[in-house]
Amino acid sequence: MNSTKYILGIFDDPDDMMKGIDNLKEKGISIYDVFTPMPIHGIENKLGIKESRLPIAAFIFGCTGCTVAFCMLYYMLVHDWPMNIGGKPHFAVPDFVPICFEWTVLFSSFGMVFTYFYSNHLFPGRTPRVMDLRATDDRFVIAINAKTNYDHNQIDSVLKSAGAVEIKHNDRKYISYE
Amino acid sequence: MSSQHESIIREPLITGDNITYSKITNDILFPVENMPNKAWWIGFSVASLGALLWLCAVSYTFWYGIGAWGLNKTVGWAWDITGFVWWVGIGHAGTLISAVLLLFRQNWRNSINRSAEAMTIFAVICAATYVVSHMGRPWMALYTLPLPNQYGSLWVNFNSPLVWDVFAISTYFSVSLVFWYTGLLPDIATIRDRSTGIRRKIYSVMSFGWNGSVKTWQRFEAVSLVLAGVATPLVLSVHTIVSMDFATSLEPGWHTTIFPPYFVAGAIFSGFAMVQTLLLVTRKVLGLENYITMFHIESMNKIILTTGSIVGVAYLTEFFIAYYSGGEYEQYTFLNRFIGPYWWAGCMMYGCNVLMTQLMWFKSVRTNIAISWALSIIVNIGMWFERFVIIVVSLHRDFLPSSWAMFHPTWVDVSVFIGSIGLFFTMFLLFLRVLPSVAMAEVKLLLKSSSEQEKKKLLKHGNIDTAQVEYYKDSLIKYDSIEQAEYQNT
Repeated sequence: MNSTKYILGIFDDPDDMMKGIDNLKEKGISIYDVFTPMPIHGIENKLGIKESRLPIAAFIFGCTGCTVAFCMLYYMLVHDWPMNIGGKPHFAVPDFVPICFEWTVLFSSFGMVFTYFYSNHLFPGRTPRVMDLRATDDRFVIAINAKTNYDHNQIDSVLKSAGAVEIKHNDRKYISYE
Repeated sequence: MSSQHESIIREPLITGDNITYSKITNDILFPVENMPNKAWWIGFSVASLGALLWLCAVSYTFWYGIGAWGLNKTVGWAWDITGFVWWVGIGHAGTLISAVLLLFRQNWRNSINRSAEAMTIFAVICAATYVVSHMGRPWMALYTLPLPNQYGSLWVNFNSPLVWDVFAISTYFSVSLVFWYTGLLPDIATIRDRSTGIRRKIYSVMSFGWNGSVKTWQRFEAVSLVLAGVATPLVLSVHTIVSMDFATSLEPGWHTTIFPPYFVAGAIFSGFAMVQTLLLVTRKVLGLENYITMFHIESMNKIILTTGSIVGVAYLTEFFIAYYSGGEYEQYTFLNRFIGPYWWAGCMMYGCNVLMTQLMWFKSVRTNIAISWALSIIVNIGMWFERFVIIVVSLHRDFLPSSWAMFHPTWVDVSVFIGSIGLFFTMFLLFLRVLPSVAMAEVKLLLKSSSEQEKKKLLKHGNIDTAQVEYYKDSLIKYDSIEQAEYQNT
């Protein structure tokens, strides 16, 4: 049996790669993933990837931060030890604004970034799951699962006609495990 | 989409012929992947000597207390808080470039945001060391935090702007750090995939396993946008709160409601000047002329001119309000900036910040590298004097004339300040050595839309209005990285 696990169509131009994606989709060939050195705008619609919900997470984290800060200030200044500072009111809401705001920002940015790291499995020391080493440099790589798309010759010709500069048949999914 | 063509009348953001994606990587990673040149070593030696001086002076301060400084009963804040506000202000430009310009879709930010953000982080580190060392006993820094303690717990006074400042600066530092590092991940992955051996292992750990798949990029962009959205009000709030340290007091010269916008404009002003100081040298030494072009330099000069003028208007407003308020203490304070013993500090402040920046109305000044660099240094000096005038000159004439005093810095004051500049440059030079100084992924985005070579193709093949072509060619004359002869013949 053919030992090819993944077929990589390697492009040196993002527009050619987009054409490659269109052509593959026309032929009904499913795309496993695309690896690029820079964000490609409009690719998520082509690949049918839903819009990220990270901004919603950021909003919820921000609300949490604001609430936590307000509760902390209320507990410390009003409930636990109300101090008489020149006879002014303890529950001085305008004075709460700066710290509530700072914590809104702090919680939303840290919450969102850590959610991002969690959802994409990014953490220090994680083994990079890279299919082609130049995909972070100057190559735009379309990866096709060779086990679910049987007609390898057709895939090759589709990629080539779209302008792929190189086509790889990899026996291993990731080359970065050694 | 990357093939989207930009109008011909927009100036190119990447100049030079035969720029490819791999050339961008090679050019930008050159200082990271090769041994540093002589200029770097000279700079690094001088800077690390400065950092050493800083270490000695700060240690001396911790050992003997802040009596080592020239402070006296009347002038209780001097070079320490001047230095603190100066550094925090410098830091603001990084966030402005990375966040505000991203929200406004200013693509020219792509090649300067990385080093500006790095500058932010190092400047805030310098500022933070001032805050800690001006406490005299650094462990007292713990008492600014609302931690449970054996006094009851006795909490911090959250009504005080000084406590707000603790929260603002620490939030600002950590959010800037996260913003910067997240943006670095794809570029660290590029270094990782090009290197071998131990280098690869180190960059592999630092890259968090980035692989550039569609979802990573899609979420990355969502994260960048939202972070920019929250960092924009954050950066405005930070210097607002710094200004409230002064504005909420009853000290004539400090007690002004214009302080928040005035400080924010001043911060952006001084920050852009520092970015200009650093980048004009960096672009030359690292050979990045094709990525940091004359357009970038001129745009930054325009921002310096705008914010400098806002600062000028704020100065005038202060004088007017002092006159109009009828408060004699207020009037005396402002008059004293010119006729008092510190008249020279006042002249430095108004001369450097307002008069000198007005030169930038001239295009020949804005596009002259040597003059721009000199002006950026002048702005940095002027902004230091602004804080000195606000702090020391306001304080040195007490309400009681018997308490009037001058401030005389000791060698420790001077060493902490010069040392902090050394520390800043040490960190910046190390950054240039180990991390890409330009956001590669973001510059690659511009290659097929706003580069000179794409515009050349447009000129060749596109049916473009001749008036627009002339306009475009005129706009290229200022560039020092473009072969002018090519355009004159066609």
